[in-house]
Amino acid sequence: MKYLSEYRDPKIARSLADQIRSTASRRWVLMEVCGGQTHTIVKQGIDELLHDAVEMIHGPGCPVCVTPLEQIDRALHIAARPDVVFTSFGDMLRVPGSESDLFQVRANGGDVRIVYSPLDALEIARRHPDKEVVFFAVGFETTAPANAMAVWRAKQLDVSNFSVLVSHVTVPPAMTALLASPDNRVQAFLAAGHVCTVMGWTEYEPLAATYRVPIVVTGFEPLDLLEGILMAVNQLEKGRHEVENQYVRSVRREGNRPAQDVIGKVFRLVDRQWRGIGMIPSSGLGLREEYAAFDAELKFGVSVVTATEPEECHAGDVLRGKMKPHECPAFGTLCTPERPLGAPMVSSEGACAAYFNYGRFRSAAAKA
Amino acid sequence: MCLGIPGRIVEIKDDTGLRMGTVDFGGVRRDVCLAYLDEDIQVGDYAIVHVGFAISKVDEDEAKRTFEILKEMSELDELEWLGDVADRSLEGGTAS
Ligand code: SF4
Repeated sequence: MKYLSEYRDPKIARSLADQIRSTASRRWVLMEVCGGQTHTIVKQGIDELLHDAVEMIHGPGCPVCVTPLEQIDRALHIAARPDVVFTSFGDMLRVPGSESDLFQVRANGGDVRIVYSPLDALEIARRHPDKEVVFFAVGFETTAPANAMAVWRAKQLDVSNFSVLVSHVTVPPAMTALLASPDNRVQAFLAAGHVCTVMGWTEYEPLAATYRVPIVVTGFEPLDLLEGILMAVNQLEKGRHEVENQYVRSVRREGNRPAQDVIGKVFRLVDRQWRGIGMIPSSGLGLREEYAAFDAELKFGVSVVTATEPEECHAGDVLRGKMKPHECPAFGTLCTPERPLGAPMVSSEGACAAYFNYGRFRSAAAKA
Repeated sequence: MCLGIPGRIVEIKDDTGLRMGTVDFGGVRRDVCLAYLDEDIQVGDYAIVHVGFAISKVDEDEAKRTFEILKEMSELDELEWLGDVADRSLEGGTAS
């Protein structure tokens, strides 16, 4: 119980943990989808605290991790052009491409800038009409409303020197792919609270029904996660499989309609390659035809790139929950946050980085 | 980039047809797009902000509590760092 003292409200945490343990008649296998949740779970030791009642497997919800290598290589190619200002969320800069990363491009003289919001990237384009300003539009449904708005605004304001390199993914198709896999072990999901703040949870209802799997929309604070786990375990014990909402403070069933509207205006569903996982049909967002002028892939002619992953990296197994990060032979030796071999070691939302930063080395592997 | 941070809306403005505002995150202020919130939001309201966009309104107690938890978990270090970096990116020149 060493971690409990670190909770803001240790009493509630202890009571939730006790309830989970007394409710579970066996050890259930749960997956948290969101990388932010993975981060909290590992940091607070929730998985170790509940070790006998649940096995937490970490899902693919790290946007940095699943952005395909080919797309990183395209980004590097575009960012190296002298006429380009390449803008991105900070997390993407250290993600290894086939041969280099965005930091390296910057060190070699490329104009690569970190922005807080995609609207900042658009603002840079308005201030520098002589430059091509490109924004790396990555992420799940949480960043889609922001990225869609930047493109919508660029068209509205007729900013022709702005474009986006899109690599958007959506959560429900990835959950479907995991559940449909013959060796799936996941018995219940904690769905990502902020993804559902945008999209609501109606998309999850057919999933829960078809695969008979409880799905609990859960926040990212320690107590949220404990409560979400308890709700999932309750359902499993009673043989129920419904979508429930733990994160009522922020999530409504229908989600954020105005955000969905703008996403729908700018993006359409496309097949997407997930780094480490492979192609998942209709699992991503791409620009609609009307916005083709803002598509950096078309503008810079970088559509065809092939790339191969380093053999030592098992990111695919980690992202599908088949391997815990510290079971990867490269973990902590060949691969560290300073010298990442694969993307899950880069971002704070990546499972490998979470295990490394919170000291989950081989000694812990024996227990997991 | 999926972490939402609660902040207090201190200004609401119109930028050529887009509802924008200034949001205060425990002293750090950023321009934030408010287009995805209901139209009846007011200065003083709290919202959860993702990558410069408010995506849901929350009540004050909830916002303050979440903010404290994020602070305790040292999840907010990035906010200040990012503010600096992002401002320099806007001003031009390569940020580091
Ligand atoms: S530890 Fe490094 S090499 Fe191993 S799976 Fe994670 S990112 Fe890849």
